[in-house]
Amino acid sequence: MDIFIQQVVSGLATGGIYASLALALVMIYQATDVVNFAQGELAMFATYICWTLIHAGLQYWAAFVSTLAIAFVGGVVIERVVIRPVENAPILSIVMVTLGLLVICNSIAGWMWTYVQKPFPSPFPENPFKFGNIVFGAHDLGEIQVTLLVLLCIYLFFRFTPLGLAMRAAAHNPVSSRLVGIRVGWMLALGWGLAAVFGAVAGMMVAPVLTLEPNLMGGVQIYAFAAATLGGFTSPGGAVLGGFIVGVVENLVGTYVGFIGTELKFTVALAMIIVVLLVKPTGLFGTTVVKRV
Amino acid sequence: MSGSRLPRLVGLLSLLLAACALPFVLSNFRLFQFSQVYIYAIAILGLNMLTGYNGQFSLGHGAFYAIGAYVSAIMMDRWNIAYGWTLPVAGVLCLVVGFLFGLPALRLEGLYLALATFSLALAVPQILKYFEHWTGGSQGIVLSKPNAPFGLKLNPDQWLYFVTFAVLVLLFWLGANLLKGRIGRAIVAIRDNHIAAEAMGINTALYKSLVFGVSAAYTGVAGALSASVIAYVAPDSFNVFLSVTLLIGSVIGGLASISGAVFGALFIQFVPNWAQDISKAAPWAIFGVFLIGFMYLMPFGIAGGIRLLWIRATRSRVPQEGRSAVPTQAHTTT
Amino acid sequence: MRGTPQPLALVLALGVAVLAAVPAGAQTVVGVTATEIKIGNTNPYSGPASAYGTIGKVIGAYFKKVNDEGGVNGRKINYITYDDGYSPPKTVEMVRKLVEQDQVAALFQTLGTPPNSAIHKYMNQQKVPHLFVATGATKWNDPQNFPWTMGFQPNYQTEGRVYAAHVLKNHPNAKIGILYQNDDYGKDYLKGFEDGLGEAHKKMIVLRQSYEVTDPTIDSQIVNLKNSSANVFFNITIPKFAVQAIKKTHDIGWKPVHYLNNVSSSLATVLKPAGLEASKDLITALYMKEVTDPQWRNDKGFTDWVAFMKKYYPEGALDDQANGYGYNVAILMTHVLKQCGNDLSRENIMRQAANVKNLELPLLLPGIKVNTSPTDFAPIEQEQLAKFNGEKWDLFGELFDAFRKN
Repeated sequence: MDIFIQQVVSGLATGGIYASLALALVMIYQATDVVNFAQGELAMFATYICWTLIHAGLQYWAAFVSTLAIAFVGGVVIERVVIRPVENAPILSIVMVTLGLLVICNSIAGWMWTYVQKPFPSPFPENPFKFGNIVFGAHDLGEIQVTLLVLLCIYLFFRFTPLGLAMRAAAHNPVSSRLVGIRVGWMLALGWGLAAVFGAVAGMMVAPVLTLEPNLMGGVQIYAFAAATLGGFTSPGGAVLGGFIVGVVENLVGTYVGFIGTELKFTVALAMIIVVLLVKPTGLFGTTVVKRV
Repeated sequence: MSGSRLPRLVGLLSLLLAACALPFVLSNFRLFQFSQVYIYAIAILGLNMLTGYNGQFSLGHGAFYAIGAYVSAIMMDRWNIAYGWTLPVAGVLCLVVGFLFGLPALRLEGLYLALATFSLALAVPQILKYFEHWTGGSQGIVLSKPNAPFGLKLNPDQWLYFVTFAVLVLLFWLGANLLKGRIGRAIVAIRDNHIAAEAMGINTALYKSLVFGVSAAYTGVAGALSASVIAYVAPDSFNVFLSVTLLIGSVIGGLASISGAVFGALFIQFVPNWAQDISKAAPWAIFGVFLIGFMYLMPFGIAGGIRLLWIRATRSRVPQEGRSAVPTQAHTTT
Repeated sequence: MRGTPQPLALVLALGVAVLAAVPAGAQTVVGVTATEIKIGNTNPYSGPASAYGTIGKVIGAYFKKVNDEGGVNGRKINYITYDDGYSPPKTVEMVRKLVEQDQVAALFQTLGTPPNSAIHKYMNQQKVPHLFVATGATKWNDPQNFPWTMGFQPNYQTEGRVYAAHVLKNHPNAKIGILYQNDDYGKDYLKGFEDGLGEAHKKMIVLRQSYEVTDPTIDSQIVNLKNSSANVFFNITIPKFAVQAIKKTHDIGWKPVHYLNNVSSSLATVLKPAGLEASKDLITALYMKEVTDPQWRNDKGFTDWVAFMKKYYPEGALDDQANGYGYNVAILMTHVLKQCGNDLSRENIMRQAANVKNLELPLLLPGIKVNTSPTDFAPIEQEQLAKFNGEKWDLFGELFDAFRKN
């Protein structure tokens, strides 16, 4: 039984990593209707900025907050400068531009900071908590809390602030939004900015576990996609839950399904997602966008 | 339309002749590169049928490419079957797999379909490694290049060039007939408005699955050809980036355009090489700049860009035809 | 240029050769003129494996140093390196470009097992030296069937056997748990280790766990390994996962005898991030001086390397073992070229590569020497076990020599 609980705990910790980036993906999808393939790389880049600030002598939290500010401005600027020219192009052309951003960020980071992996500090205590035989990593727990906190912020923002409402409207129906006086262009830019902030949080939470290197988010982003797909791209809560589910199920499959073992556990997790999609084509908590014909 | 038919035919014929003359002008290395371009073009045309014409996004066509390559490699390696026979087998197998995958995929749209197919691309390398007995695991399978038959005085590179080119011409001809005819109109109608298409009596479910199958078959044949041209298959050859690269090729070349597949193939074959010639410090960064630059200049892809230029040049003559020639934007919402 | 037919190139080469009055036999030498020799290379400068790309760059930097100092026997090394992104089809393309278009005299240090497997046959058909490939697979030492291909570093299987021998000797009743990367590298280590244990491996190894290089974490695998009640842990992971494995093993209070593969023996990038306390008593097998290990601070080989890095490759990281690796192998290549004298034909390059005797490289451990012969295409075959004392690697026991034992 201990092993079962320990695997669930470790699955939740890993799932928290997926969930944190999935939130950024969902954020940008909600705000701009675009899937941003560069989200993970932007997060990695922001984490490098934080690392640079810390090494320049800043305190952890000062660097943390500065990074969030830089990430926000960076996100807005990228939308205004890079995405704007293809705003009205087919959706796949925008996806291409995000892919271009992905490779640029990855390559530039390697060029600027080399590919040597760097230790990244954690703001949480070092020693794990122990309950009987079950061990909780302190950083893992802290990271899950941060993810939930970000989720809460997103929920409150979209649900209760006029700005959040305006952003949702701008993504949903740009033409009508413009008619009621919403500055759609800036709403999209804001969406990119906020997504970059959440991505930066994810990066800085992930890096202490995975150590910082230019390919920090490559694998994480794949899982984050899986998490968001499972939970529903229109639901932040769903994406977080999706992350936890993927993390836990993958661990349990790897541990208990003998003939699959660890060599195919990822494949099984993917198959599971496809099965879920067949029953719920927009993910567990996603809503279908009703289109008028 | 009839007015532009003759110059078009002449243009196509001279292209064909030029392509056939290449093996006697270019070095073997260049021929190898062009064989790869043809292979990519076939794969991209397959993807284009699905994504461009039918509006079903796929981020997983690398998986079919891999299946085609491995089917061909295993047949050649284990049973000594001639590469020529492996092509139709790979095609049919991918047709079936694609069709079967297409059935459940019917329920998915846009983003969710793209990510479901993405899972396929992600899972394939792991599955290939798992069935080590057949696939040679992560070490892959080393193959031999076929020699020219009938005592033809061609070296293997020249011969493979002609083989890939012949397959390209055949598949493009078939594809063009399919897409330009009744079936093609039905496929496009489903993309543009599937409810209206259904109301007009088109069996959308059947069509969509069939397009998925045919698309997979094209990509599978391309994969099978690549096994012979590269003479090696390994899981590392078919990672996620292959699927992404094929998608890049189809969008850059021009969605819903047959010639676009060739432009896209040229792009994914040669632009990375230019990028690394410019900078070895950060070749990906240069490639990314090229990618974004192309999208800025030609948001509808190279084929779309050329078409727009052509329309602009001949605007006075056929204004209304011009507008419809630009690929319409499908699925702005998902 | 692209279409230059073979005869024309030959005529040109001939003309140049005659004009320069190069000694007899050099007329047909490809990739060599009176003033330069062309050496080709592929490395991943883009894509997920680009961390290795620094090897290709440090080699270029070293050849620049050689050229600045007058070159090899009066000839400059023209080093041409291309990006293959660790993708076998791209490697095939780039290598064909090097061989057929750039007409290099030899290929050197192409990186990765799958990329090299893709060109293995081609290089031997073309009879172009395919030297000192950057992979730890075993198949490069096969002079009978592949007389044009040669490895460099001790292979992974040999290293696996080193650990197995140590386990058998010191922990004959061990219960062993293994974590390995699910690819050629992980499986080679696994095979060497199992072969080394012999029949006993069936009952000694209690659990094998794998991970994919794209997996974010390996927590789950470590939990399972602990639960298997293994008391010996063989850790076959690349640095990113080695950090996690060492940390997690420590965190969940599992205290096995921990063997860590050489790939992840770096102090700066693995042991320090994982925690020096957690890393204590790790055992590994070394053949190079670990460049961040304080015990080499005043070592001549090390200080020379640092001076070289500062002058010729200042943007390269001094805590990256790969830069030390590339430096070593570039020196070996230069040595072979020097040994060729004025006969830089492909046959002679290969002959000299197979005739390196007791060569010491500045960043090899003391006592480890490069040796090759026409029947031995494995240049480095010695390794030494080392235990981490919380500060540095303590070398212990005698040199393990794979060649001698076989």
